Amino acid sequence: MPDQLVYAMEVFLNGLMAGVLYALVALGFVLIYKASGIFNYAQGVMALFAAMTLVGVMEGQVPFSHLINAVLGTKVHHFGWHLPALIGIVSTVVIMVVLAWLVQRIIFKHLVGQEPIILFMATIGLAYFMEGFGDMMWGSEIKKLDVGLPQGINLWIDETTYNIFDYGFFIDNLDIFATIIAAILVGGLVIFSQYTKEGRAMRAVADDHQAALSVGVSLNFIWIMVWSVAGFVALVAGIMWGTKSGVQFSLSLIALKALPVLMLGGFTSIPGAIVGGLIIGVGEKLFEFTVGPLIGGATENWFAYVLALLVLVFRPQGLFGEKIIERV
Amino acid sequence: MFYREAGDFSKTYREDSQTFPIRFDRYRYYAVLLIAFAIIPFFLNDYWVNAIFLPFLIYSIAAIGLNILTGYCGQVSLGTGGFMAVGAYATYKLMTSFPEVSMVVHILLAGGITAFVGVLFGLPSLRIKGFYLAVATLAAQFFLVWLFNRVPWFYNNSASGQINSPERTLLGVPITGANTEPWAVYLFCLVFVALSAVIARNLTRGAMGRKWMAIRDMDIAAEIIGVNPLTAKLSAFAISSFFVGVSGALFFSVYLGAVEVGEVFGINKSFLVLFMIIIGGLGSIFGSFAGAAFLVLLPVLLKNVLVTGLGWPTDIAAHLEFMIVGGLIIVFLIMEPHGIAQLWRIAKEKLRLWPFPH
Repeated sequence: MPDQLVYAMEVFLNGLMAGVLYALVALGFVLIYKASGIFNYAQGVMALFAAMTLVGVMEGQVPFSHLINAVLGTKVHHFGWHLPALIGIVSTVVIMVVLAWLVQRIIFKHLVGQEPIILFMATIGLAYFMEGFGDMMWGSEIKKLDVGLPQGINLWIDETTYNIFDYGFFIDNLDIFATIIAAILVGGLVIFSQYTKEGRAMRAVADDHQAALSVGVSLNFIWIMVWSVAGFVALVAGIMWGTKSGVQFSLSLIALKALPVLMLGGFTSIPGAIVGGLIIGVGEKLFEFTVGPLIGGATENWFAYVLALLVLVFRPQGLFGEKIIERV
Repeated sequence: MFYREAGDFSKTYREDSQTFPIRFDRYRYYAVLLIAFAIIPFFLNDYWVNAIFLPFLIYSIAAIGLNILTGYCGQVSLGTGGFMAVGAYATYKLMTSFPEVSMVVHILLAGGITAFVGVLFGLPSLRIKGFYLAVATLAAQFFLVWLFNRVPWFYNNSASGQINSPERTLLGVPITGANTEPWAVYLFCLVFVALSAVIARNLTRGAMGRKWMAIRDMDIAAEIIGVNPLTAKLSAFAISSFFVGVSGALFFSVYLGAVEVGEVFGINKSFLVLFMIIIGGLGSIFGSFAGAAFLVLLPVLLKNVLVTGLGWPTDIAAHLEFMIVGGLIIVFLIMEPHGIAQLWRIAKEKLRLWPFPH
């Protein structure tokens, strides 16, 4: 087999796994969008905030220590404990649920019935606020997140592929693990929205707010629930990306990666988010591999957007979205 | 009392439809122009120009541009930073290729080039709407920044990848480069700002502006009553991008002098300008100024109060700024979607009746 093809296969596999992670972030968007018509730009910042909170809780950092020290002149930094990952994750989930409740209560309760674009801009505001708030609470330095996930090259794949192709594929254990987790989570969310009572209520709300309200579905509860689930998805995404490259500001940019995934797959479709994520993940890696060196590299920044833009010109609702019907 | 229109009669349609129909408003406007052109230049120093006046003036042009597209025509764009970069790099290429041509021509040409690019990226708006379009404009943002970063032709193969504005003079006075006088750069930008505001105001209240607003309010209905969405949307993209390009050109050549595209014209710039028009007021020229002034002054104020005044570390002030800006966006969207401009209008209504509200 020619070398280039083997390399391309490795790139393809890596792209597939990146795609699953994109799909995971995109799912958070789809959930909120389906249930409340809000396109949540803050999803990426939520992932950052969740990861920061997890590190902060596990390391026993004192929240707002910078601010307290600046105002009171004290020198507090840590409570002096180190919690195991599980307790950290559970308490972070609790914090994300509280956050979901606050967001719903303080912001979106007052914006019900506004145009989608106003809601979108409100979430941009929320993203900015949470970015500042997270930094204020936990400090803005790069943090190391370690919840005990396996890392490093997967030797088994390396050896097997070496025996077959004379070239060992470099595939990170963490990526494999993340892919499995993401796949489980995606499957779980699909089952949740199809087969549970709350999931059915959520789909009813997505279909028609008023009709759902009239058969006794509590809109408020559903909205808080989807924001909480989105917060949980953000936490998982935050753990994966945070373990990979440290908890830092660039983590919030994964939201920007998920946007073209959504446009490609359609905002309202869970399978769309998955397929879109895979297409973008594989597409951008292969494009960078084949065309990238010819035109200067780092094409990953824009390839996804341009691809999504081209698809949208031909299918404005995305690949799997519901047909947009407009009436005067 | 202070603000009344008694005895203020308009005798012709022309008088009735002018921008400031109330005499007091008109005089106030002349007074502001007089102060800006004839008084402020004498009291300027480097700090005031670089920290407040130049960013305010230049962002005002960008905000006017984005307001035409978003506030008047209803097409949300997150590509402002990218379009400003087009203006900046176009001026750079023009300045270095044709050193003998006047800067005014270069900046206007840069605006024209940006308008062309804007139309190109505006084409999908005919098929894509709402936040699908907003996300699609992100394609422009990322692609353009990447382009200027990676293609050496745009930065004349300079080793650092930066672009530096060479010294150019206008009427014998240097306006770009290292040896500029505060009053010169201030006046140079002010002329562009004043002209932009007048042009934008007159465009938005004319036939074209009414078409934009019809598209914004409901594009299908607008199409049915005879507005051509193709020309309306693309003209909004072109004119908006022209102003944004001019502001990008000034931002690079007059204000910063040296630019690294990813840092200066990144996505944060797009959001900043968007925030200016949300806080200032969507669909209002005055709002563009108010929003620009607010978001330029806020960091300066925070820095002076918290860092210089209270002695807090700068990073806390920066985090607080993020929180305040984000919080204000939400507060304005909930309480007053038309921004500071609407507050100003309400204040004027109150002042007209004050002190006898009945």
